Amino acid sequence: MDPEILVENVLNAITAGITIGCIYGLMCIGLGLIFGIMRIVNFAQGELLMLGMFTSFYLVSEGRILAFLGPYWGPFIGAMCAAPAVFAGGAILHRFLISRVSGLRTVGSLDEGHFGQLVVTLGISLILQNGGQILFGSTPVAVRTPLSSQAFQIGPLYQGATVFLNKAKLVAFFVAILTAVILYVVLEYTRLGKALRAAADNPTAATYMGIDVDRAYRIAFGLGSGITAVAGGLMATYISFGPFVGFDYVIIMYSGVVLGGMGSIFGAFWGGVTVGFVQQFSALVLPPQLQNAAIFVVFLMIVLLRPQGLFGRSAERA
Amino acid sequence: MRQGAGPHLRRHLGVLAVVSLVYLLAALFVKNSYYQLIMTLVPVWALFGVSWNILSGYGGQLSFGHASFFGIGAYTVTLAMVYWGLTPLLGIPLGMLLGGLAAILIGLPTFRLRGHYFALSMLAYPLAILYVMQYLGFQEVSMPMYREHALLYMEFADPRAYTLIAVLLLIGGVVVSLVIENSRFGLALLAIRQNELAAEAAGINARLWKMRSLIVSGMLGALVGGFYARVLLVVTPESVFGMLVSAQAVVVTLFGGVASVWGPVIGAAILVPLAETLQAELGQYLPGIQGVVYGIAIIAVMLLSPDGLFWTVRDRLLRREAPHGVSEVTGAVPDAGARSDGWSLAPAPLPATARRSGPLLQVDRLSRSFGGLRAVSEVSFEIAEGEILGIIGPNGAGKTTLFNVLNGVLTADEGSARLDGQPMLGKKTYEVCRMGVGRTFQVVRSFPRLPVLDNVIVGAYGAGMSDRDAIARATQALRQVGLHGRATVAAGQLTNKQLRLMELARALAGNPRLLLLDETLAGLGREECDDVLAVLARLRAQGMTICIIEHTMHAMMRLADRFVVLDHGRVLATGLPRAVVEDDAVIEAYLGKKWLARREA
Repeated sequence: MDPEILVENVLNAITAGITIGCIYGLMCIGLGLIFGIMRIVNFAQGELLMLGMFTSFYLVSEGRILAFLGPYWGPFIGAMCAAPAVFAGGAILHRFLISRVSGLRTVGSLDEGHFGQLVVTLGISLILQNGGQILFGSTPVAVRTPLSSQAFQIGPLYQGATVFLNKAKLVAFFVAILTAVILYVVLEYTRLGKALRAAADNPTAATYMGIDVDRAYRIAFGLGSGITAVAGGLMATYISFGPFVGFDYVIIMYSGVVLGGMGSIFGAFWGGVTVGFVQQFSALVLPPQLQNAAIFVVFLMIVLLRPQGLFGRSAERA
Repeated sequence: MRQGAGPHLRRHLGVLAVVSLVYLLAALFVKNSYYQLIMTLVPVWALFGVSWNILSGYGGQLSFGHASFFGIGAYTVTLAMVYWGLTPLLGIPLGMLLGGLAAILIGLPTFRLRGHYFALSMLAYPLAILYVMQYLGFQEVSMPMYREHALLYMEFADPRAYTLIAVLLLIGGVVVSLVIENSRFGLALLAIRQNELAAEAAGINARLWKMRSLIVSGMLGALVGGFYARVLLVVTPESVFGMLVSAQAVVVTLFGGVASVWGPVIGAAILVPLAETLQAELGQYLPGIQGVVYGIAIIAVMLLSPDGLFWTVRDRLLRREAPHGVSEVTGAVPDAGARSDGWSLAPAPLPATARRSGPLLQVDRLSRSFGGLRAVSEVSFEIAEGEILGIIGPNGAGKTTLFNVLNGVLTADEGSARLDGQPMLGKKTYEVCRMGVGRTFQVVRSFPRLPVLDNVIVGAYGAGMSDRDAIARATQALRQVGLHGRATVAAGQLTNKQLRLMELARALAGNPRLLLLDETLAGLGREECDDVLAVLARLRAQGMTICIIEHTMHAMMRLADRFVVLDHGRVLATGLPRAVVEDDAVIEAYLGKKWLARREA
């Protein structure tokens, strides 16, 4: 590879890494709430992402309710609108299914209910994927915005190397940051946020303090679902997707959350950014089909090479 | 093979023979080729479930990526045929070989993980392979036809031949599974599943047994995959490495009954025809209906009968005929001692080297920190042969941590510990157990589903005994603690005192030279406490060396020969019980300075 092409590719990988990474970061925050903080193993998180994409798609496509917003504003407002819709879906899932295998019911059980959670969320994942195929069809779709084919051109910077900033990704990047900041403020400074954190930290103690832990968990699960859905809606502006798209991302999300350290919202975000970077840089050396395989390898490396932070409570009292 | 497993096994084999014959007879009359395919797929997915069950059911290592092995089998058979013209008769065994190899490669790193991390990582393997297959251009590979050597290449004009082979393969798989279930292999897996730490402390090398189960499971998985490819004649990465393949194994087994040979068979017999029929009837309007049905099925099972149909139905039936069932099982207790009074039995034979003059356990300046907290700090003490040493101290004094370091659950930062001159530190938990250190836990770690006798046998197997010896030793250990009357009851039904005694018996079954007892009296009433103390006293009379952690001072005063008092990880005092109790530092640690001042005043 010529040095100038190399420089250009690296610079572009960095910018793409930052923009896509932050969107991944938002996606990981959703799982960070559910898995990192509440310790619920949610296998269906990828499907929540998929639901976010389709919600946005069905809101803003031609002839739909939000079509009047136009192709510039619409897709991003649609992505934001996915949050309440999927929040409600997540809360309902939690109310009827997840709560039966998590939270207070499994405190103190041998594996903290993880077996049940894995199985139930695997079931949910199967239903949403295949049900999605029935409802949405299997042909890949995309949320169209002219922005996805436009780019800011920066440079030439160095030896003629030019950086292209995709406008859709750039706007998505800002929306992702905004959403993350709003969530942070809610969790850190509101009464609701405090109740959620208390319930997650020690459900039994929180109950004694008069917190409705079931409700807190339901809200937190809904928030986690909604946040990931926003990320899905944002990604829908620059990728095409079908009902099985969630699968490729569920591993990315777990990589990010684990990498960032369990139980930290910030950590999940940075974990997602890191994984985004790794993915963009792997694109420099790997053919497209192997990039997805690379993500799985990265996930395995993360869980294998950093076991200390990963076993959760492996230092159990004997 | 465990004693008493014979008739049990024969009954299972009888059922297997009858079911297979009936199934094959039914298959004879199926004319529609689509239904013939379903008749073949039922045993195929049942066998895949059996394969998954060995690792994830018995062993409890939940795998969401069993498609790795299935796909490896399928692609091996197909590619070997395409490129080398190799018959599936050889291709399938080759696939099994590669499946076993893949199991080793996957298991080596992945068994470092536990619980949900293990499950998620297992998921990553088939998906990574899937993309690699796409990259390599094996998007869709069809099997070539060899009309002139049809039989050699397993090309049968009559699809019912595949059903026959599938059923034969399933029988093979069920037999393998039955043999495992009724041997120490199965007992080790069940013990690991129910409580890995307790299994390790009882001398079971958990990593090794898990690896063995993964290898067996992987080979069976590759066998099914290879055969499946032969039946369908075409493989694609999605159809053999895809998520739905892994899910099939999980779903049929969970639905039918986890950790039971019949679970996957029952699950496949119900779900496969249901899902396939729906797919055929409604597939064009509702593509993916199969996945939806599977999803609903496992959610329903998880919420309504978490162990699957087989166990729920069995528990119902057993409850109905409970009086009969119990008396029947009690009769089957192997009576090794044949003496009514267990206490007159000789103590467990100690190794010849056991009788010496020096201390049995020698702990020297042992330290262990968690971050900034020194949980155990330069602790030194000795235990003489035949002595009962009480380790006392307030909460958080580092008593349990000390035990955990001694038996290899935790590593030490500094210091040494020697059992009869042999270094103990740096060894795995099961290795320490095999050196002759038995251990009980503060919170009883039993295997609740297993009968009491099996719980104790785990300890004897851990010490590497043969089946016959293990059963005899376990029965003897139960007598030693006075629990022999409850040998066939599931451990989950015992009272707290009985559980404590059972855990003691499990530790005794490994013929230990030293017992580490962690708060054996915790949560017991006065009388129960006395009963357990009597058992411990008798063990000492038989020459057992015991190191016991305890809070209850009055009990310890009667039992222990010497005390070691720990506080904030340090040895505060050592000596005879009376002297230690009068020690000012000890009183201060337990009751505070005020109390000390009042006493002195």
